[in-house]
Amino acid sequence: MRSGPAFQDVPGRVRLARFVTRREFQSQALFIVIAVLLVWGAIQVAADNLAESSGKSGFAFLWQKASFELGESLIPYSAGDTYFKAFVVGVLNTLKVAALGIVLSTFIGLIIALGQLSKSVVIARLCRGYVEVVRNVPLLLQLLFWHTFLLRGLPTVRQALSPVDGVYLTNRGLYLLSPVAEPSFWIVMLALAGGIALAVGLWFWHRKTNAAFRLWPWGLTIAVLPALLAAYVAGAPITWEIPRLTGFNFTGGMTISPEFTAMLLGLSIYTGAFNAEIIRAGILGVSKGQVEAGLSLGLHPGQVMRKIVLPQALRIIIPPISNSYLNLTKESSLGVAIGYPEVVRVANITLAETSQSLECVSIIMLIYLILSLITSLILNVMNAQTSREER
Amino acid sequence: MSEVVLHRLPWWRRLTAELTKSPVSAVLNIAALVVFVLIAIPLVNWALIDAVWTGESGDSCPPGSGACWAFIGSKLRLILFGRFPYDEQWRAFAGTVILVALVVISLNPVFWRKWLLPVWIAGLLSYGILMWGGVFGLSFVESSLWGGLPLTILLTVFGVGFGLVISVPIALGRQSKLPVFRLSAIVFVEAVRGVPLISVLFMASVLLPLIIPDGFTPDGLGRVLIGLVLFLAAYMAEVLRGGLQAIPKGQYEACRSLGIAYWPMMLKVILPQAFETVLPAMVNLFIGALKGTSLVVIVAMMDLLGAAQAALADPKWIGFYVETYVFAGIIYALMCGSISWYGRQTERSLREMREQSNDRR
Repeated sequence: MRSGPAFQDVPGRVRLARFVTRREFQSQALFIVIAVLLVWGAIQVAADNLAESSGKSGFAFLWQKASFELGESLIPYSAGDTYFKAFVVGVLNTLKVAALGIVLSTFIGLIIALGQLSKSVVIARLCRGYVEVVRNVPLLLQLLFWHTFLLRGLPTVRQALSPVDGVYLTNRGLYLLSPVAEPSFWIVMLALAGGIALAVGLWFWHRKTNAAFRLWPWGLTIAVLPALLAAYVAGAPITWEIPRLTGFNFTGGMTISPEFTAMLLGLSIYTGAFNAEIIRAGILGVSKGQVEAGLSLGLHPGQVMRKIVLPQALRIIIPPISNSYLNLTKESSLGVAIGYPEVVRVANITLAETSQSLECVSIIMLIYLILSLITSLILNVMNAQTSREER
Repeated sequence: MSEVVLHRLPWWRRLTAELTKSPVSAVLNIAALVVFVLIAIPLVNWALIDAVWTGESGDSCPPGSGACWAFIGSKLRLILFGRFPYDEQWRAFAGTVILVALVVISLNPVFWRKWLLPVWIAGLLSYGILMWGGVFGLSFVESSLWGGLPLTILLTVFGVGFGLVISVPIALGRQSKLPVFRLSAIVFVEAVRGVPLISVLFMASVLLPLIIPDGFTPDGLGRVLIGLVLFLAAYMAEVLRGGLQAIPKGQYEACRSLGIAYWPMMLKVILPQAFETVLPAMVNLFIGALKGTSLVVIVAMMDLLGAAQAALADPKWIGFYVETYVFAGIIYALMCGSISWYGRQTERSLREMREQSNDRR
């Protein structure tokens, strides 16, 4: 609704265009003139200041060699690669922690939301307490706490804590088993793909004919059986590489840095509290009559939840939770405070090395703007799809 | 057991009745209580029973003992006031009390009177005198030395205050039918909401010196505050827009038929109602702003969190980070909790006032 009835029509006021009075035109023109003057002045001053400090400007530095290492990276990177590549590493690290954080925070949120709605008063109160405490403490404080805890609270490499064989908790990071593909891997994968295709076929047939059997157990069996057979015949598709203590550090296996763990923990625990509130509101938003109607039709409570409450709750949940996911992505920028090499961290080091502050800050903003735009596009599409089912 | 009977019972009977409503909930409750107690016992042991309350250095808290509150005790002034000169810290304390009192009375509809403006002016004047000094025999304290809790509260209050003021024209611009205003408002709001707060703070602290002529550049605190205000204004404008949209069209039409011009209509009729509608959302933004001020640590300012970290750097006390973060966390949680409590109170008293005035009519 854009009801801005700006000015009444007074006789004698000259109309310049059909809907624009003179005063409206003047105010807009004045605004543009002032804005242009301000921007022009800022550019002049910036040019002067840059000339004085003989600072370079422009984005050419992106193709120069960066002299810093980044702690972790999804693509091979080392000091001596270009700044551009360093930024790519930063973006990938941001996406990595955001994607995992979104999954984990949704999971935490779901559990806490169901806990708050639980029949048990004690569980409900405990979950409520979690939400109240976690939401009211700044995320940065939580991140710093987790980071310090992982660095100082965990034992050294030599006295590594090993809750399960092959998993080592140390102050230098988490050491895990890593999967290694054997030659039979592709055969088994092929069998799995075939099995899934068969299961999808079964699903279609089941929908078409309404055959009287339960879909889930049969579908799952058909999907998994070929892969199991193939693995039995061709040998295990994956072997596990176990991290071993050699000298001062572990070699082999998979390493997860304390920075990443702290980011993932902090972001998920914090956003999980917000997601819990969103999911709870969504479930409570489905009217009680719907549940009662379902129960009186003879569905059991699980079916009511799955087939009646959740689909409707989802429609309420998706818009706010997508906002919460976007917040999580933006808040992953706090990695700069604990040294997790995401975009802002990379930009910050680059800024310190090249002192091209204008460029570095605009790169950060551009990247986040693009991420936000893409996310809101995807969510708009999803939103349109869920609301289209409305009858 | 019916509700009426329940209310007459003593509290322990009510509690047991509540805990054992049905067999399922009884089992769940007992299991949850057992787990809770099992977790709580070591926590209470650590925080209270085994805790060390006095001591001069880290040696008084041997490893294996509980929480070292002696550390917090010896660093209390540093954590709370940062680098504010030690002997002058009462000034920061008094100034902050005045500032908080101003906010508290302004949020209560009972005090929405004409005299609130002069009270604010007097309060801000005394706040400035207490913080900066330089007059009345008070020594001058430059703003780079302000820190700890007073800085956190300053950034929150002024960030929210100026943010609110700026958000009004932005929200109105976004509602306007004049394309220039509407487009600029949309671009500003969407651009700011698309980027993280830390990047806005970076921009404010490295970009402002570049584009403002030498001599006019605000100091570090001013720059951070500008960044915070711009960031909050975008979110507040978006919230306010929701409030404006909720106002029935008849209100505008009534104003127009009474011959009220645009600005009087907005200021006296539309905006007061819009602000009332969005009060809960604004309180949430207030809390978000308070938590967000902790980010100034990253641009090298020493707010409550920064001062807490500075306290950790003392070589005489090593490794008491849990105590420090828990202490700072409790302060933040208490502040946020009281803001949301007070927000709910304000909402309720607003509703009561509305009902009373309706009755009178």
